[in-house]
Amino acid sequence: MSIRRGLLALLAQEPMYGAQLRSEFESRTGGTWPLNVGQVYTTLARLERDGLVEGAGGADAEGRIAYRLTGQGRAEVQRWWAAPVDRGDTPRDERVIKLALAVTVPGVDIQRLVQTQRTATLRHLQDLTKLKRVTSDAAEQHTPDGRGPGQRNELAWLLVLDNLVYAAEAEIRWLDHVETRLARESTRAPKTPHRDTATSQTDRSPSQTDRSAKRASR
Amino acid sequence: MTTSPILLLDNVSRVHGHDETAVRALDGVTLEVHAGELVAVMGPSGSGKSTLLNLAGGLDQPTSGRVVVEGSDVGAMSLRDLAALRRRSLGFVFQDFNLIPSLTAAENVALPLELDGLRVGKALRIALDSLEAVGIAELADRYPEHMSGGQQQRVAIARALVGNRRLVLADEPTGALDSQTGEAVLRVLRARCDAGAGGLLVTHEARHAAWADRVVFLRDGVIVDTTGTPPSAESLLDSAAAV
Repeated sequence: MSIRRGLLALLAQEPMYGAQLRSEFESRTGGTWPLNVGQVYTTLARLERDGLVEGAGGADAEGRIAYRLTGQGRAEVQRWWAAPVDRGDTPRDERVIKLALAVTVPGVDIQRLVQTQRTATLRHLQDLTKLKRVTSDAAEQHTPDGRGPGQRNELAWLLVLDNLVYAAEAEIRWLDHVETRLARESTRAPKTPHRDTATSQTDRSPSQTDRSAKRASR
Repeated sequence: MTTSPILLLDNVSRVHGHDETAVRALDGVTLEVHAGELVAVMGPSGSGKSTLLNLAGGLDQPTSGRVVVEGSDVGAMSLRDLAALRRRSLGFVFQDFNLIPSLTAAENVALPLELDGLRVGKALRIALDSLEAVGIAELADRYPEHMSGGQQQRVAIARALVGNRRLVLADEPTGALDSQTGEAVLRVLRARCDAGAGGLLVTHEARHAAWADRVVFLRDGVIVDTTGTPPSAESLLDSAAAV
């Protein structure tokens, strides 16, 4: 995620110090993507160099400088809200890469691999669900009618959590699909002769190996 | 605090048919549900989920192994005792709610108590408490057709846990509901378990299974994995230390 755009969006609300930007960013996203102060200041320096932000007056008593958007910065934020986020840089997902390799490298117990991953993801989903319960219970308790900034942050955090819940759920559905697909493949495989070698190496169910062996001895 | 489980499946197998055509629907399954615990069972269709639930509810008998509900071995019971157990100890929640359309919410919830010989007035008073516990006391006099799916499912949960019943067996209880309503129903089920009931939930939705304390994965009649272990004195200490 571009920290640059996140900081610009926060500054569109009001001028802020570096440390303030960091804590605002984290409280609105529930600390899911922690920033370090160094990252924030490096990014601010680049934004200033590119003419998107500027110092809002001099340093205060503690030597802190608040930053604000320039006209160009404001336009950049507007563009960000208006345009869809580019999917170009799909992050490498080790789970997907691992499975793709497991399917092609001989001797891996894929069923086991899938189950181990599914259990781990479901545990993660249980943790997220607990967090959701705690957060929404808290939100309900102290906000019968409240719409203050604290409540907005809690809502933002709940929506971030929902996103993580759906992502974990999607992963489990994908794993279910992988399992079904591979099961179908392994019952079909003996009928296609050129697949025999691969089948006898990766699928170790006795009936399968038997059939492959018979085929090989013919 | 952790005494004997409300529900115990002890090395339970269920075989349909004989010899050549025998199908092992469940094969040596051991599972406990304690008071205050919600356990979810996940697995593809044909993995034995429904068989497991039917055995737990005394609707089916195991080929081998024991099913113990509140300390009583279901297999050793007469039909009459079994019917009494189903009226007094456990309740079912199904995907399609299964409320009786000609009865109000309160009458639906009171029904198992009345069948068990309680006077109508007393049964209705207990039913109201149960509706209150699932947050819909104000719907007591409504008929099922005048309630939303989510409300009907809450009534079904109230009925499953009315009076002294402490075990709820839920078969895809959110299957007919949209995701928001389904989550609200899960929240109610979770709250009833937190209040001391035991719950066994069969679902294919990971998002809903995640409300459980433990998720058990069933495949070809065998438990292949679980996200946790049943509560023991040690694990309670551990979780206290973690907080």
